[in-house]
Amino acid sequence: MFAEILVSAFLIIAGIFGLVGSLGLLKLDDTMQRLHAPTKATTLGVGGVLIASMLYFLLVKDKLSFHELLITLFLFLTAPVTALFIAQTHILMGLRRRDLPPTGGEHDWSIYDDPPEQEPREADQT
Amino acid sequence: MLKRIFPHPLLSMTLLLVWLMLVNKVTPGNVLLGGFLGIVVPILTSPYWPGRPRLKRPLMAVPYVLLVIWDIIVANIQVAMIILFKPRARIHSKWVVVPLDLTSAEAITVLAGTITMTPGTVSALLSADGTSLLVHCLHTDDPDSVRDEIKTRYEARLKEIFG
Repeated sequence: MFAEILVSAFLIIAGIFGLVGSLGLLKLDDTMQRLHAPTKATTLGVGGVLIASMLYFLLVKDKLSFHELLITLFLFLTAPVTALFIAQTHILMGLRRRDLPPTGGEHDWSIYDDPPEQEPREADQT
Repeated sequence: MLKRIFPHPLLSMTLLLVWLMLVNKVTPGNVLLGGFLGIVVPILTSPYWPGRPRLKRPLMAVPYVLLVIWDIIVANIQVAMIILFKPRARIHSKWVVVPLDLTSAEAITVLAGTITMTPGTVSALLSADGTSLLVHCLHTDDPDSVRDEIKTRYEARLKEIFG
């Protein structure tokens, strides 16, 4: 009984955050703002489902399940990369150079400027 | 000799753990197979890791991960509040430029990923020489404090881990 309440609580929390994330996509104005909704609100949405799943297997089925931890790990690895790709594409296609602040260094942002000549990094071949 | 078998001990450990989690059962056979993968994969892939950084204090990564998970939870609630209750016109999005002290590519990658996952910020671009990071902030009235928080909260800790 207690386990079921706990699992459903996590499922509901997850559902709320998933919904808010999707709502953010509708409400926010430009691409950069919209990026915030799926990278964050959805993380907790998926996270809640995964915690609920782990608790279900642990408390109801009496076995420890690690798949959820792996899904979390893969999600944390992939979500920022996807966001970065979308952001860079958007900046390249939708924004002009002067929409961005200056870097504050000698070199411009990577999509407008080439990287400086680099000394090859000392390989630690020991 | 030990170095030849384990060119990358951390990677070997990670592979073994991920394998055990994938099969979801800890049996001697699975430990053996995972251990085998942990030995063979780093040896086969070692040409792709030239000059990989040595973690100076790998154990410091544990409090860092916990801190980031906590921040992700807080970030979710904050972003949810902004989405639900802030009128569209009052959401002030800004670009924030974060000058970087980190030099290794791996450390910068972790920092950029952390920024994307945590409160109201998405990392968007790196400068060509890798010395500053462009971050988009969903809502802020004080971009300087956002920059300072990223530097003290995450970058300082990463600097300790990566040395």
